[in-house]
Amino acid sequence: MDPHSESAKMASGPKPTPPSTPKTARQQAMALLASADPAQLTEMVDALPVSTAHEIVRPAETGLVMARGRMGGTGSPFNLGEVTVTRCVVRLSSGEVGSAYTLGRNKQHTRNAALCDALWQHPAHTVVIDSMIITPLAEMRDAARHLVKAETAATKVDFFTMVRGDD
Amino acid sequence: MVAPHAATPSLTAALAPGFADPVHDAQRCFRALMQTMARPGTIQAYANETIAPPTPLSRTLAALALTLIDYDTPIWLDPALAQNPAVAGYLKFHTGAPLAETPGDAAFALIGDPAALMPLSNFNQGTLEYPDRSTTLLMHMQTLDAAAQVTLEGPGIKTSQPFGAAPLQPMFWDQLTANNAQFPRGVDVIFAGATGFATVPRSTRITKTEA
Repeated sequence: MDPHSESAKMASGPKPTPPSTPKTARQQAMALLASADPAQLTEMVDALPVSTAHEIVRPAETGLVMARGRMGGTGSPFNLGEVTVTRCVVRLSSGEVGSAYTLGRNKQHTRNAALCDALWQHPAHTVVIDSMIITPLAEMRDAARHLVKAETAATKVDFFTMVRGDD
Repeated sequence: MVAPHAATPSLTAALAPGFADPVHDAQRCFRALMQTMARPGTIQAYANETIAPPTPLSRTLAALALTLIDYDTPIWLDPALAQNPAVAGYLKFHTGAPLAETPGDAAFALIGDPAALMPLSNFNQGTLEYPDRSTTLLMHMQTLDAAAQVTLEGPGIKTSQPFGAAPLQPMFWDQLTANNAQFPRGVDVIFAGATGFATVPRSTRITKTEA
């Protein structure tokens, strides 16, 4: 990056909003895998028609990560609190390395997510993983979001102007 | 859709498996190391078959490294180990340790070729106020039961303990004698063989065996 434009940005008053870089397909897939329902993901992985043989590079381990936030999305960052995160790295025999970080302590979920990430990177398996796991997960997530939105919308109260009785 | 790309060869090697059971494997290794630190010059059997570090990092040396090193301890790799970048990648991935720029900045120095070891005075000797800040040397040895080159005496040794390891740089024992003479300052040395390890801490007095 050009250092001059960087310093110019820094100098101009309040901090700019961090640019929302478009997520790569792998990032999107990893996010879906991490937020998937653990039982559902296990079923999907068990149903995969491809070999899921792999070795564990870093066994699933649980730790704490400091979650940070920005007030209104633009303020200066502050520490929100620590969250439990489990991470895992696996490697396929063909060499693809998959990793996963998931919230919570479910090691089986993290291993499955890492395995799917590794398989997704394998040129021969990408289509299978996309069609059997990633796309269904994306649909389920969208459906869940719509449901919450619809439920919330149903409770919306419209405050319209009422005629006050003090004439 | 972005075309997925295969992992580069060096990255694949760097991401070789570490301990299968990180907590208990590290505790077992640490226990054996503590035992040999308490009994300088004796060989503690230790073997880990699951660990698969990139060459030329040996299994024993890798197990010691994964046990002792963390993100707080800068490490230095000798030229024999540094020639394969996968070794540094492997250690960084599993321990998070930063690489020291000079041997004097390192908390741990990993030596793949002890026959070409630089003088011990190049490593951090610690200070009189903080002798614990000295470098600990982890050396990859071919044999730990070579013909006795030195006799060890001092804390942890009842009378005397013969010790020999190979390959070593010709002046090594003279350097280590001088190193141990400056106790409490000085480096500690861990010799990692194929099936176990031995140590000569700085508190040990060294006499060269007449050959």
